[in-house]
Amino acid sequence: MALDSKTEARKFKIVGTRPLRPDGIDKVTGRARFGADMSAPGMLVGLILRSPHPHARIRSIDTTRAESMEGVHAVVTRADFPAFVEDEALADVLDNCMAGEKALYDGHAVAAVAATSGAVARAALKLIEVEYELLAHVTDVDEAMRPDAPALHEDRADETVPAGMSDNVMARHEFGHGDIDAGFAKADRVLERSYRTEATHQGYIEPHACLATFGSDGQADLWCCTQGHYMVRNTCAAILGMEQGRLRVTASEIGGGFGGKTTVFLEPVALMLSKKAGRPVKMVMGRAEVFRATGPTASSSIDVRIGMAKDGRITAGFAELRYQGGAYPGSPVDMGSMSAFAPYDLEHVKTVGWDVVTNRPKQAAYRAPGAPMAAFAVESAIDELARELGLDPLEVRLKNAAREGTRASYGPTFPAIGLEATLRKAKDHPHWSAPLGPNQGRGVACGFWFNFGGDTCVSLNITPDGTVTVSEGNPDIGGSRASMSMMAAEELGIPYEKVRTIIADTGALGQNDVTDGSRVTFAVGLATIEAARAAKREMCKRAARIWEIEEDAVVWEDGAARPAGPNAGKHPPMSLAEIAAVATNTGGPIAGHCEVNAEGAGVSFATHMVDTEVDPETGAVKILRYTVFQDAGKAVHPAYVEGQFQGGAVQGIGWALNEEYIYGEDGRLQNAGFLDYRIPVASDLPMIDTVILEIPNPGHPYGVRGVGETSIVPPLAAVANAVSHAAGVRLTHLPISPPRLLAAIGAK
Amino acid sequence: MVRVRLWGSLAAAIGGQTEIEVEAGTLRELLDTLARDYPALQPQLERGVSVAIDGVIYNDDWFTPIRPDSEVVLLARLKGG
Repeated sequence: MALDSKTEARKFKIVGTRPLRPDGIDKVTGRARFGADMSAPGMLVGLILRSPHPHARIRSIDTTRAESMEGVHAVVTRADFPAFVEDEALADVLDNCMAGEKALYDGHAVAAVAATSGAVARAALKLIEVEYELLAHVTDVDEAMRPDAPALHEDRADETVPAGMSDNVMARHEFGHGDIDAGFAKADRVLERSYRTEATHQGYIEPHACLATFGSDGQADLWCCTQGHYMVRNTCAAILGMEQGRLRVTASEIGGGFGGKTTVFLEPVALMLSKKAGRPVKMVMGRAEVFRATGPTASSSIDVRIGMAKDGRITAGFAELRYQGGAYPGSPVDMGSMSAFAPYDLEHVKTVGWDVVTNRPKQAAYRAPGAPMAAFAVESAIDELARELGLDPLEVRLKNAAREGTRASYGPTFPAIGLEATLRKAKDHPHWSAPLGPNQGRGVACGFWFNFGGDTCVSLNITPDGTVTVSEGNPDIGGSRASMSMMAAEELGIPYEKVRTIIADTGALGQNDVTDGSRVTFAVGLATIEAARAAKREMCKRAARIWEIEEDAVVWEDGAARPAGPNAGKHPPMSLAEIAAVATNTGGPIAGHCEVNAEGAGVSFATHMVDTEVDPETGAVKILRYTVFQDAGKAVHPAYVEGQFQGGAVQGIGWALNEEYIYGEDGRLQNAGFLDYRIPVASDLPMIDTVILEIPNPGHPYGVRGVGETSIVPPLAAVANAVSHAAGVRLTHLPISPPRLLAAIGAK
Repeated sequence: MVRVRLWGSLAAAIGGQTEIEVEAGTLRELLDTLARDYPALQPQLERGVSVAIDGVIYNDDWFTPIRPDSEVVLLARLKGG
């Protein structure tokens, strides 16, 4: 669906306002039901036995003693699952949920039990005897690429990997255009730097949890916290060898996901335990399990070379990116390689990405997967070059900014985009000219993300009393219920309070893609608008029948059916409630629905600005001020948009300053808890200021763009640039934890 | 004929050609023709690609129209979080 009007801005009545969030009371009173809040009669407790070794062949698993223990109703190992899953990616998901021939990382699941209580289940886990053959391990991306590195898999590399490389290299990706050598020859200054980022976890507060009920008739139900219950249904059905229609999945309220809940970890195991036990099985991860066995993002090692003319024009850009994505192929290095230079209009650009496996948990998506680390490297190099040449870093970015008509570094030509607008807003903002004190520094950085649409279903039902229910199939992780209610109310011309949006289970709607890719407000919003328009057409038809005039002589305006003009006759308007009240008499219940593969999501850009203060004695960094400038297309509920901007910035600050997976020489994770893995808390931060720009997306009726991911792309670089200026030394390894900063200051 | 721009990894698979011409009026025809005429692209096509048509990225809608003068760019399959 295209933008309703390309020539004049639509005047909205509800979209753009800030009504109360529909889930607020539930969440502050404890009434909201999260993954662990569901119970069932006869329910068992499921727990998982995890490998203590980073890399080991599983010679045997003896479950006899555990199975004979009183209170134990089922024990499962990989032998209980289908021996062969055709799709390679799904086979990896199964292997990650329950190890096959090898345990590939510290925390890898090797067996599970279902018992009458947690105490019995824990005792039973201790009775499972696993014979391991220990193997050499590797957890560092650069070490894993050495030809003599311990290999996790054999013959898994795809056809893009040159012969002779380590077996841990899974794929090579290359993007770009032009002739970078010719571009570098035109440069007045060429900067080469290497950068590293460590793996970070999405850090959602709610651990993974589910309740599975597998009936003896082959029908199953699953309640779980997830970003995509249709994905859970399809994945579990494929892994378990069952028909999708026999598994109904209901999504709980969700306590954060940020990409980390776009796959399955517990659910197939819980279903298999329930199938074997013949009783419902509930599984809830502990925090240490979340850290050890669910997806953090990739860690990275990146080399960047950028050439710049004296006037700030970038003559060429090159980056080689190496991402380890844990024990299976699929790190987001392809996305990093595509997005690294996307904000800039470059004649000569090239990126090469390497997808590498290591003995770490399988990475999962994390907000704009792959982009923040790439932006950290490129935006740091641009900042350093600008400073060396005595240029304003914002002016340099403006001089090189991608605009409508720019050939993107990853290939296509950009349509209307908002990067330049964010940069100009940043330059005019008081933050840019505010004075700085001793040991303080200011950093800026830009970021890009693609956004996408995908399969989406919405059913909009008019109830007999004139209220409206919108059913959609995407878990609400960022305010989408409010946004859908607002768009439905806007379209129908009724108050926001008259609309309630619910998340339907997998039996109620057609296929819906996962809540990811910043797709929901765009795609589900588009479907909601179309569903509302279908309902309006039906209501106009009903009014026409009552008035005994032609259907096309009726229009919908201000929440009521009205005669289209004087020739249609004099009829008082019929409101939605009046039409709903007589629906039984005029043809039956009224509803609108839309099923669509939504295309046309617009790309998104942001510019971030941050002030930091460094304590040269301790290496501690304080965030003094932070401002986000981002294009939202059209902000449906500005408070939620601001929340997305702020949340992305805060997670990026954590990535930049504190958060990292730390592995010991033994290949075991050393900091599997929030005490030792420190995410920023409110007292660490100032209020994150936000500036919303609205450059309409031509692919959405109201101009909406996704906003959920772009905001985590610039902060790594913005913070690193600010700290580098404050400390007087360039920081190239994240996180800039106090020991790392002190070491850098000491090495000046 | 539609001119299709390939990303570096795909170009390498077919001898370094960064642009190819194919007969296609829709996304489905484009992907079918590429698979038939360029077997070396088959592994990546099976893993999945995204296609940018005139600057807008599409995933799977077979019947997305492609004009002869459209800018068509094959991309790695997009992932999100």
